[in-house]
Amino acid sequence: MALQSLDIKQRSATTTPAPQARQTIEIAKLIDVSACIGCKACQVACMEWNDVRDEVGSCVGVYDNPVDLTENSWTVMRYSEVEQNGKLEWLIRKDGCMHCTDPGCLKACPAPGAIIQYANGIVDFHQENCIGCGYCVTGCPFNVPRISKKDSKAYKCTLCSDRVAVNQAPACAKACPTGAIQFGSKEDMKDYAEKRIADLKERGYDKAGLYDPAGVGGTHVMYVLHHADKPDLYSGLPVNPSISPLVALWKGAAKPLATLALAGVALGSLFHYVMKGPNEVSKEMEAEVEKEDAP
Amino acid sequence: MIRDPKDLQRYDAGERANHWVVGISFILLALSGLAFFHPAFFPLTQLFGGGTWARILHPYIGVLMAFFFVLLFLRFYRLNRMTDADREWLSRAKEMIDGDDHNMPEAGKYNGGQKMMFWWMTICMVLMTVSGIFIWKAQFNVPVDLARFGAVVHAAVGAIMIALIMVHVYAAIWTKGTIRAMWYGTVTRAWAKQHHRAWYRQMTGK
Repeated sequence: MALQSLDIKQRSATTTPAPQARQTIEIAKLIDVSACIGCKACQVACMEWNDVRDEVGSCVGVYDNPVDLTENSWTVMRYSEVEQNGKLEWLIRKDGCMHCTDPGCLKACPAPGAIIQYANGIVDFHQENCIGCGYCVTGCPFNVPRISKKDSKAYKCTLCSDRVAVNQAPACAKACPTGAIQFGSKEDMKDYAEKRIADLKERGYDKAGLYDPAGVGGTHVMYVLHHADKPDLYSGLPVNPSISPLVALWKGAAKPLATLALAGVALGSLFHYVMKGPNEVSKEMEAEVEKEDAP
Repeated sequence: MIRDPKDLQRYDAGERANHWVVGISFILLALSGLAFFHPAFFPLTQLFGGGTWARILHPYIGVLMAFFFVLLFLRFYRLNRMTDADREWLSRAKEMIDGDDHNMPEAGKYNGGQKMMFWWMTICMVLMTVSGIFIWKAQFNVPVDLARFGAVVHAAVGAIMIALIMVHVYAAIWTKGTIRAMWYGTVTRAWAKQHHRAWYRQMTGK
């Protein structure tokens, strides 16, 4: 949905700069994985606030339910059981859009204004401009966008842009009973994370750290991880996410250059005609053939 | 239509119709494809009823073109086998481009350049069809890396194909007396003797 109360920083398939006069602060959601108890209140709050209801599935033997993100489930808890330092650890990660500073989805999108990045860092899908091609899926390094089977539009977490626009925290952060989901300015969230990381280190997690991957310019959803050196322990959180070089190649300088080359071929043909003239059958040839054919 | 009983039949009705189906599909595909190629061309989606309709229609038109291209290929591939004379023709293509084809090596129904175009178009069609399947999200769900690869190939080969077709169309405009072969199938004897002498001999026995 379009939100006029938030300033736009970037717009998909748009080659001119967005308005930049107003300077607003960047926000972020901080997910402290070490404080998460896996209650799924965030999933419920997300469904409720955004009016999305997934199909009721069936238990597949693990806590993950639904098992994956869908067009109706914009956040899911992912549970992984791993052994670290000879102990079983139950790592629970709230998965969803990371709101990258350099969003691969926005870069890949061919529809003007279907994907918006607000000045505060939120990356939002505007379904009314979405054409349903699925290119955002190829652009995303976190495997987040989902195309609806009903309307072929792309959906994902909006970071509750409608709530943030009126100075409210996202629904998931509001619902979290343990304070594992914090929301505020990106700077404040980094400061808060630092304290949490110091605490974790004191408790023996000496590799504890902040997940704010530089490969995508940082994110506006960050994690505090007990094992920041092994993000992939957390149900395959990418170690060093970045936009695929194929997408960068596909959406980079190659296309404007190819467009120029095509214009060159068209104009080259025109000027060839103008300068060399048409390739006509010569009068001599016509006369020759006529003579040959004469009875 | 026979304008002059001495004219030579270059294409029969089936061949002409087949070529037009492929040509029309190509134009629709190029216009809708360019719309997704770069934002500068996005307004072209209006020709198809908006972005969503262009996205829906493009792959189906692609299937139509691929099918009719196969028919076209089966009709013409035998006539497009490269010979030594074609290679000789290609090595002297500069003279032709310079505007005089009177001294070019004799060409059969197709000259070396036309044959090159035929095989290039065939390679492009194969690559476009396969890569197109990889990115047809509504029908196929392939692993994301394959879709990423497909998108690059589809865009790159698409651009090459548009350039090739521009050359193809321009060559027909440039060589006067050619377009009528596409409309009603015949060319004049003088046209044949000047541009495709070996074919002229074969057709007339002269």
